Amino acid sequence: MSRNGWLALTYHALFVTFMVAPIVVVCIVAFTPEGYLSFPTERLSLRWFRAIGDYPEFITAFWRSVWLGALSSAIAVGFSVPAALAIARYQFAGREALTALLMSPLMIPHVVLGIAFLRFFTQIGLGGTLIALVLSHIVIVLPFAVRLTLASATGFDRSIEQAAISLGASETTLVRRITLPLIVPGLASGWALAFINSFDEVTMTVFVSAPGTETLPVRMFLYIQDNIDPLVTSVSASVIAITTVALVLLDRIYGLERLLVGRGREER
Amino acid sequence: MTPAGVKTGLDSSRPSLAPYLLSLPVFLLFVSIVLIPIVMTVLLSFHDWGQYKGIEPVFILKNWREIWSDSYFHEMFARTFRIAIAVTVLTALFGAPEAYILNRMRSPWRGIFLLIILGPLLISVVARTLGWALLFGGNSGVVNKALMNLGLISSPTPFMFTETGVIVALTHVLMPYMVLAVWASLQRLDPQIENAAVSLGASQFTILRRIVLPQVIPGILSGAIIVFALAASAFATPAIIGGRRLKVASTLAYDEFLNTLNWPLGAAVATLLLLALIFIIVISNRLVERRYGEMMQ
Repeated sequence: MSRNGWLALTYHALFVTFMVAPIVVVCIVAFTPEGYLSFPTERLSLRWFRAIGDYPEFITAFWRSVWLGALSSAIAVGFSVPAALAIARYQFAGREALTALLMSPLMIPHVVLGIAFLRFFTQIGLGGTLIALVLSHIVIVLPFAVRLTLASATGFDRSIEQAAISLGASETTLVRRITLPLIVPGLASGWALAFINSFDEVTMTVFVSAPGTETLPVRMFLYIQDNIDPLVTSVSASVIAITTVALVLLDRIYGLERLLVGRGREER
Repeated sequence: MTPAGVKTGLDSSRPSLAPYLLSLPVFLLFVSIVLIPIVMTVLLSFHDWGQYKGIEPVFILKNWREIWSDSYFHEMFARTFRIAIAVTVLTALFGAPEAYILNRMRSPWRGIFLLIILGPLLISVVARTLGWALLFGGNSGVVNKALMNLGLISSPTPFMFTETGVIVALTHVLMPYMVLAVWASLQRLDPQIENAAVSLGASQFTILRRIVLPQVIPGILSGAIIVFALAASAFATPAIIGGRRLKVASTLAYDEFLNTLNWPLGAAVATLLLLALIFIIVISNRLVERRYGEMMQ
């Protein structure tokens, strides 16, 4: 394969600068010692990171986001396992339609889903509750859970199962001892991708949450709507740091490309 | 692919209820908390609303007529789709070459830069938009300083609360989707064809134009559909960069729901956005598949 010329590499450098600039700026401004937004800052200080501690609303919103992401992703994976097995192993009428249905939350704009959930949950008396939050997050992370569960359910060596059957394993034993252990790595990464998407979701959640059930991105969004100050940049920088660590870990363990494109690096 | 009966052993040869039972839970979940809420929203758009009487469950076309006749809504929808088209064109124009360059890199660089470029996809959109708000920040913003130092502009251009600002920030937010789509189509490209072209004496430019471009066009188009759909329905970025005055469909719907409390009108705006997007996506998918169907497989 031929190498990139200098023109291509210059373009690449500019492109990467464009992609990282806003993220880097948030991280730099977060370390300002001043009481206002200053860029570039002359000295670095942790003043605004310490200040986060004085705003319990961000801390409680953070923990709410964490358990909301963990719980709704786990339930979404639970829903996606049987459906993925059905799609991976059976030819049946409505198979394509089922796949399309499971992927549909990706195609329905989150703002429309948010409005629909707001109307629905208010109507059935669950408006602004944690139950509404969990149910709506299950729906939006389901496509991610399904995609990775499906990839692992179609990807493994069927002869192991056939061996188990020929040795007289019952269907329950087969599923419990062979199939599930083999797809667990896929489930774990599906859960992780679902978690990140739940943790970052703001457009839909802004409609479903109420004061008292706000997630971290919603809290940040509402804060920025009022004013932008160093505090919200230090909160954002913390979120960026956490996500980056998770991202690098996921890339090491599973491969980011496989996670996002659905293709493994070992296949090449 | 072997027939289902042979390939698993789980379902021998009898036509089985198993797949339906397995997919029943998720199906019920979708019907109850996706389908029903969306139908309810569509119905809501036909209800009446008044400042003091609230929502009245009647069937009238008032909201639809208002959107149809009021130029405020025409302008707002035109702006929404203008921004979406600009963002789609920009991501394709800049993202496709970058995917090609990435694909020609050697490891470990390829993996590292792929992580840097696709990684932002998973970083909170609020944090990324905040970054643009900081970069734009008034007349003395970093972007303006840089553009003036480069001699590209002579006086500061406003980015905050303008369409330009929303377009730049959204292009950044949605760029990874385009790179991802083009990258995926480049993975299917056989390097031997390029090598054959080189050995036949084709120039680098000819190879790009005659060999690479025709093969990645399906990737660019599928990326464009995704980017367009997400740009037209984007919320956080236009809300933060566009501010309270520069409204797009999603921020207007948000306002109707959470500030004005005219839910039926907000529901009509959301329904119209959904219908317009479904229409555009279905039509363009059809066109892409008809033209490039065999290459997409």
